[in-house]
Amino acid sequence: MICQECNQRPATLHFTKVVNGEKAESHLCEKCAQEKGEMFMLGSGPGFSINNLLAGLLNIQPAFQESAQDPFQQEKVLQCEQCSLTFQQFIKVGRFGCASCYETFKEQLNPILRRLHSGNSSHSGKIPARIGGTIHLRRNMDELKNNLKDMIAKEEFERAAELRDEIRKLEKQLNADQKGGE
Amino acid sequence: MSLERFMNQAISSWMSAEGPDSDIVLSSRIRLARNIKQYKFPTLFSNEEAEAVIEKIKARVEHSSFSKMGQMELLLMDNLQPLQKRVLMEKHLISPHLAENSTYGACLLSENEEVSIMINEEDHIRIQCLFPGFQLSEALSMANEIDDWLEEDADFAFDENIGFLTSCPTNVGTGLRASVMMHLPGLILTQQMNRIIPAINQLGLVVRGIYGEGSEALGNIFQVSNQITLGKSEEDIVEDLKSVVSQLISQERSAREALAKTSNIQLEDRVFRSYGILSNSRIIESKEAAQCLSDVRLGIDMQYIKNISKNILNELMILTQPGFLQQYAGGPLRPHERDIRRASLIRERLKMEDQELGG
Repeated sequence: MICQECNQRPATLHFTKVVNGEKAESHLCEKCAQEKGEMFMLGSGPGFSINNLLAGLLNIQPAFQESAQDPFQQEKVLQCEQCSLTFQQFIKVGRFGCASCYETFKEQLNPILRRLHSGNSSHSGKIPARIGGTIHLRRNMDELKNNLKDMIAKEEFERAAELRDEIRKLEKQLNADQKGGE
Repeated sequence: MSLERFMNQAISSWMSAEGPDSDIVLSSRIRLARNIKQYKFPTLFSNEEAEAVIEKIKARVEHSSFSKMGQMELLLMDNLQPLQKRVLMEKHLISPHLAENSTYGACLLSENEEVSIMINEEDHIRIQCLFPGFQLSEALSMANEIDDWLEEDADFAFDENIGFLTSCPTNVGTGLRASVMMHLPGLILTQQMNRIIPAINQLGLVVRGIYGEGSEALGNIFQVSNQITLGKSEEDIVEDLKSVVSQLISQERSAREALAKTSNIQLEDRVFRSYGILSNSRIIESKEAAQCLSDVRLGIDMQYIKNISKNILNELMILTQPGFLQQYAGGPLRPHERDIRRASLIRERLKMEDQELGG
């Protein structure tokens, strides 16, 4: 295949662009692609870093949603109330402005996180001791409740009663903690 | 300044200590990224917020010191000369980003330089622990203790579902980057590295050159680190990295054994030629120096060379970086002058080895 831009050199780069559900294919040689500025994702010069790659990755996102969503919704600019970062700005720099951004852009963020962290989107590591106090308790309680179900299913009522008592104790503690925090 | 005195100042104590598997793993590093909830992240924060972050850490240090870190020193980037920052960077104590692009960037250093806490880098707080040899778990538990100590006094940005919130979504969750610096000349000489790197990438780990992102693997030194920070616990991330590193260690050892068997004399020749260049050259570029140092270190590990101390590679790789050379010279040097300085510094350092043996 010959480059569709210069009609001289062989086309080595094949792009498929999807804009609003419309597919456009282009076949270019390296030189023409560079001139057209479509090489940014592929360039490996000194300026190429994880940030470029990330920005590229994030940029794909709106294309998917635009076609699926109500076109009127696009008019609304998604912006963080805390630091006034817009989603477009985030895509450009690949950095959030503050902790609330994670809440503001929650819906857009989940697929991105999954892509970055090979399918994972929920934390299963360390919980800070002080501010994470009740999270610890709640995780514990969820585990106990699951155990309780298992024991009832297995008809091990003695163990189930013990678990029930433990859960009640934790519930009391949780309530006390929450009142103390208010 | 004499070279010996300069080295004593230049080399962090961890660099000269020997750790487990230190014939192949030069150092292990753990980094935790944390942010303080009430302030905007460094990309958008105001100068007042930046100062408040520093004040917060300062207050923490003044009220309750963390005994394992010993005497701590707070270095404000704005108060440092460009050359001083460069030297800290070459010692891996601060990042290029902190040195050049941070507003109110600072760094809290422990006495032995094993711990450095970067303030107002990409995140408000980046706890970094650097240990000699293969000691990832040890470094992780140190970093965890420092994290707990800082958390006593600061509300970290944390979400129940996605963990610690960081400026860049590539760090969210644990905020943990675990990495090891490995010397892998055997795998390079037997041309196995090109096959190994893609395999490691598939496991969610990254292989880079000695000075991180985008840098070349100077002197056959590679940095292997985790890419994924979300969904796995800190311990699992470290265990996964450890198991890959252990495999790399055994591959490197068998490559060295194979080399000794199949091309003993060629290898010995290569080692001693490089030793000859290092001890005689008058002008040497950093790339050539790194390659020769790698050969000599391999020669020491494989016992072709018996009278030189092992940490010469770690030491000279850092001492022959442009920043250090200029600090040693006491002023800025042009690239050509640096190459001359580098050659003489290496010659002098090798002479010190001879004297130690004689005395």
